[in-house]
Order: sequence, then C-alpha cells, then structure tokens
Amino acid sequence: MSEIAQPAASRSAIPSDREMVEQTRSFAFTTQIDKIVAWGRKNSLWPMPYGTACCGIEMMSVMGPKYDLARFGAEVVRFSPRQADLLIVAGTITEKMAPVITRIYEQMLEPKYVLSMGACASSGGFYRAYHVLQGVDKVIPVDVYVPGCPPTPEAVLDGVMVIQKMIEDNNPRPWRDNWEPGVYRKGLGGRK
Amino acid sequence: MNIITDLKDKLSGQFPVDSFKFDYSFDNNVIWLPKDNVVPVLKHFKDNGQFDFLMCISGVDYPEREDRFEVCYELFSSKSIRRVRIKTSLKEGEKVPTAQFVWKAADWFEREVYDMFGIEFEGHPNMRRILVHQEFEGHPLRKDYPADRQQHCSTALPVHFDNPRDGSKYVEESGKDLVPLNIGPSHPATHGTLRVMVELDGEKVHRANVELGYLHRCFEKMAETHPYNQVIPYTDRLNYCSAPMNNIGYCKAVEKMLGVEIPPRAQALRIILAEMSRIIDHIVCLGASAVDLGALTGFFHLFTYREKVYSLFEKLCGARLTVSLTRIGGMAQDAPEGWFDDVLQFCKEMTVGINEIDGLLTGNKIWIQRTRGVGSISAEEAIEWGYTGPCLRAAGVNLDLRKADPYYGYDQLDFDVPIGTSGDVYDRYLVRVAEMRESVKIIEQVCKNVPGGDYTIRDKGIVLPEKKDVYGNIEGLMNHFMLVINGLRPPKGEVYDATEAANGELGFHLVSDNSGNPYRLKVRPPCFAIYQSFSEQVTGGLVADVIAILGSMNLIAGELDR
Repeated sequence: MSEIAQPAASRSAIPSDREMVEQTRSFAFTTQIDKIVAWGRKNSLWPMPYGTACCGIEMMSVMGPKYDLARFGAEVVRFSPRQADLLIVAGTITEKMAPVITRIYEQMLEPKYVLSMGACASSGGFYRAYHVLQGVDKVIPVDVYVPGCPPTPEAVLDGVMVIQKMIEDNNPRPWRDNWEPGVYRKGLGGRK
Repeated sequence: MNIITDLKDKLSGQFPVDSFKFDYSFDNNVIWLPKDNVVPVLKHFKDNGQFDFLMCISGVDYPEREDRFEVCYELFSSKSIRRVRIKTSLKEGEKVPTAQFVWKAADWFEREVYDMFGIEFEGHPNMRRILVHQEFEGHPLRKDYPADRQQHCSTALPVHFDNPRDGSKYVEESGKDLVPLNIGPSHPATHGTLRVMVELDGEKVHRANVELGYLHRCFEKMAETHPYNQVIPYTDRLNYCSAPMNNIGYCKAVEKMLGVEIPPRAQALRIILAEMSRIIDHIVCLGASAVDLGALTGFFHLFTYREKVYSLFEKLCGARLTVSLTRIGGMAQDAPEGWFDDVLQFCKEMTVGINEIDGLLTGNKIWIQRTRGVGSISAEEAIEWGYTGPCLRAAGVNLDLRKADPYYGYDQLDFDVPIGTSGDVYDRYLVRVAEMRESVKIIEQVCKNVPGGDYTIRDKGIVLPEKKDVYGNIEGLMNHFMLVINGLRPPKGEVYDATEAANGELGFHLVSDNSGNPYRLKVRPPCFAIYQSFSEQVTGGLVADVIAILGSMNLIAGELDR
C-alpha cells in the first residue's frame, strides 16, 4: 500500500512528481501497515460470548435486532475460542468455572481482547460469597470493564467502542503485559 | 387449609403417632417425626394417593441445639391441593434413610442437602457434591461457615459417568467401543453454564450425565446475611429471564409469614408484571431452543417483542432486566401515567407476534420432525420426578397454581390452562405458545380494570415511609430510622409458599428467628427438579435430540444452581 503505483504505460513523457501524485489519488493511497491492519481488526472483531448469567441475557439484546452489534462489525459470534478475538465475559464467574474460562482464554489466538461485562465479572458484584470468583481479572487479564448489573446494551456497545479505539490507536496494554495470575492459576488451596 | 387432624387420624393406625408431633402454623401443616419413620410415612402417603408430589427437601442448621440439623420434606397433592411438611431432626454425623426409592425427585434435593450441610442420606447411590466444586472443603450453609470464605478450584472435572465419590475420572465400560463426548459448560446449546456428558455408541446415547453448579453463587447464604428487603435484588437473579416473578414469589412468602395482605392495586400490578415476565421467559425459551435446532429467525424476531417488554419495565422503574420492583407489603412505586395504556398497546402487538411465530414453527416440517416424539414423558413419570409448569402440563397433567391455589385474584380472571398429551418437545412448545396467548388475555383483563387505591400497605413496621414524609416530618423520619436500624422482623416460625412461575412451581421455604435477616431461605427452583430426569430422558436417544430436550426444559442456570 505504501508503494506508489506505476504510471500508465501509454504516457510518453515522464510526469512530474506532482502529476503522479494527482494520478494515483484515484486508485491508491498511502498509509502505514500497522494502521491498515488495526483498521481491519477494529472493524471485524469476532466475539466469543461467554454468557453465564443475567448479563448473558442482556448480551442477547446487544446482539439482537434493536441494538445490533453488527453495526460495529462484530456480529460474527464464535463459540469456538480459536476463531474469536474478543472474549465477552458476561455474568458471574464462580470458582468452579474459573479453570474453564482460563482454558478458554488460553485457546484464543493473539491478538485477543477481553471485555468484562457487568459487576459480577468485574468484581464479584454483590456476591461476596464462598463460591464466587471476585472478578474475572483474578484469572485472566481484562481490557475493558463495563459497569452495571446488568449493564444496559448501550453501555456494552460503548465498551466495544473503547476496545475498537484501543485497537485503532495501537495502545500499549501494560495491564495485560504485566499481568500476574497470582495464586489463582497456580492451583494453590483456599485463601485463609 | 388445616388438615392436620385428618392426617393424624390416617396415620394413627399404622404408625406410633404418640412420638410424632403435629403442628399447624402460618397456614402450613407440619408433622415432626423420628428419622426412621420418615421413609415409611412418605411411602404411606404416596401409596395411599394422599400426596403425589415431593416438591422439595431442605435442611436447616441450628448449631446451638443438640439435634443440630433439621430435614424438611415438602409434599403436595395435586388432587386436593394440600400441602404438608414432614420434619425430622438429627445430630451431627447421623444419617437419614434416602427417599430416592419412594420418589425419584428426592435424588438431587438430597444431594444438595448433603452438599450444603453434610447430612448424609443412607442408601443414596450417588451421595456426592452437586453444587460447589469438587475441591471444596466443609459445608457452606452450616452456620459456622463464613459467607465470604472462598476456596479456589484449580481443575475442571473430567468427563465422568459412574460418579466415583471423588468425582475424579472417566471409567470406560470395557468391551464396548464407545466415545465419550463433553458438551459445555461453554457451548452455544447449553444456555449458560450447563454441562452435559454423554457416551456415544455411534449416534446413540449410551450413558449420560450432567454436572451443575457452574453458576452456584450462594443465593441462600446471601439471603441469610441480608435484611429481608435487601434479599429482593438477589431473587431477581434467580430466574433472570423473568426476574419480577421471583420478586413476587419471595415477597409473597414473607407477607404470608407477616400475615399481611397487599392492596388490590399492588396485586394487579404484580399480576401484570408476572404475566409479562411469563411471556418474555417463554420467548427466551422458544427463541433459544429454536436457534439450537437451526431456526435463527425465530430468535431475532421474538427478541423484538422482548425489547418492547423491557421498554415497559424501564418506563415503570428504570431497570430493564432486574427490576426489583416489589417490596414486602406491596410495590416500590406506582405505575406512571399512561403506562397501562402502553401495556394494552403492547398486548395487541404481542398477539401479532405470537401469531407470526406460530405460523413460522407450528406447521414447520423441519421443526416437527426435530421435536415430535422427542423426549416424551408420561404423566406419572413426570409427577414422580417433580415436574411442574409447562413441562408437566405438556405431559397432560392439569396443574397450574394460578387455578389450583389462586392468589392475587387470579380466580377472578378468565383464562385457560393449556394441556398437552405426550410431554414431548413439540407439546412443550405448543403449551408455551398457548400460555403466551393466555398471559396476553390476563394482562388485557387486568389493565382494562386496574383497581385504584394505594400501591402498598402503610404498616410502619414493614414498609418504609415515602420520601416526602422522611424529609418533611419527624414521625416519618423516625419510622424510617427505626425500620432501617431494626429491620423488618417477622415472627418466629417457618413457612413454605409457592407461586406459579414461568418454569413451574417456585417455592420459598423461609425460616425466621424473629431477627432482621432470614434465618434460612430455601428456594425450590422448578427447573432443578425437571433437569434431574435429563440423563434418563436422553439415554437411548440420538445425540442431536439431547440438544432439543435441553432447550425444551428451559433451564435457567441462575435458579438451577442458585
């Protein structure tokens, strides 16, 4: 894309630089490879909906006819983590579910993004309870937290747009690069 | 209905009734008996046809008592609409004989009691944990287990069928070339967090097993640690497809205990909310199960109507999904002006929507071939498993609590109870579609004739005063203060109360010790009992039918795992 196309062969005289730029405007443009890749990524997010609870129902509304996530290029819902690049964690993650979601996340290919939808996925919500993981970020790194119990579909769309912006700007993601799983993934016993 | 003397007479010939205790309180009949008599009495009641349903088994822990635990069995008779609670108490380490061979329904309920309290049921073939994870130590609903002590789980359970007690590994049946297949908990057809394991002989299911608890978020423990009114938001998240119905069921149980009756306007509002919830619950069930069988259109089309209900809820209280609009003693607020007209308008649109979905699926060849004759169940078998709601009615049993044991003036309304014949997936679908029509009918009747008056009772020991009184006069401020500090305190005792939710009988067994929090709140989730029969239903069928049956049961993980 960054190369300038050959001028048409029929021209006898070599055009000036200015002329050449004018000519190429109609069929080529210049950019950076990172930018064009980011543009493609941003507009074709393939979400893996991990709906476990109430938020899962609200996520159906996000996909549904009124709010329609397809407008953001993210309608290709993949239930296989290997085909998805955006994990939407929608709903409470329990201790029993933690090993499962860790494995799902690990199976996703890079680059991957995680959106934590709702209070439970973000922090355990109002379930400060013996079987509820206090936030999915205890087992996998999260890029965007969407508050609400459950969040409105507008809020989820906003979260997706934040991720799109993140991709577009090629933002560094230190929370992900420096993320440490802590005791949770090492399989240690219960917290005292 | 007080039937306790009648029950005593019937039992006195065959059992040592002198050692039994008969009690009637809060409109509940209770029989206390020694633990060795439990199973014979249950069997006696069942064989004589006095009670045909085992609705629920729950445990209660009283650490200060010598006989620390109580086990309660809720029986129900669909013929005479009577209920009785059988109770027995036992010491730490004592076992109760299992009731699984009297009622199949006892299976999972007993496992749950074991999981939560550590009470073992003697003779139960599969006494292992059901809700909490396999590495969990201790029993969380005991009073000495702190509500927020988490224990981490490092491994996922492998596929298993014979259910070894440590739940550890898959044992292949020797000599047969079978393929184990794991479906879920993260699978598009498992509606959330269900996990199904099947062993296949070609396309046929040789063995099946299910694992639940992936959404066990400790509702019952949370209820014990929150004041009565603060439990309401938690109930929203039981069956989140029809959240208001859970609010209503819970509030009705507490109101029964307090002995209050809510004003007619609150009753009307509750009926409208409940019936709209029933419609959207059926929409999710039909839409999602149609998607699983390849019919994507129905899902998208029906969700348009679901959104309309959400908009109405939003107009009513600001929330879409989890409305928490009921309060103990009535509603949190009145409907805004013109809301009932909007609901009537919605009813018109919904009728069109039901007709469309009817036209799309009912006569559809593919749909019929995928669903008719799949997952059939007889009426006797359904009762045996504790089926309630649309799945029971599809099997031909005419039982709907709105008709059988009417509340909130359902008996004044004109509606029918649709009944199926074979109990297969197709009949369940038909029953649900017909029920949506009946719900529209009910809403129209109520909306056209909404009673005036207050939307809540004004008992200052139960309901918070209005904000203008709190800020405007000293008495209101004091009442507010007292109720927040002391909390609502129902009298000591226990009550079981049930409503007809979208999935069936939603029961709340509430134990109060006259403090500000419930002492114990056990939920009888309708789909828990239905799901028990799943392994048996799919065995011998095709693997594709597993998905059809799963969808038709309308399993909502929130109320299944609580």
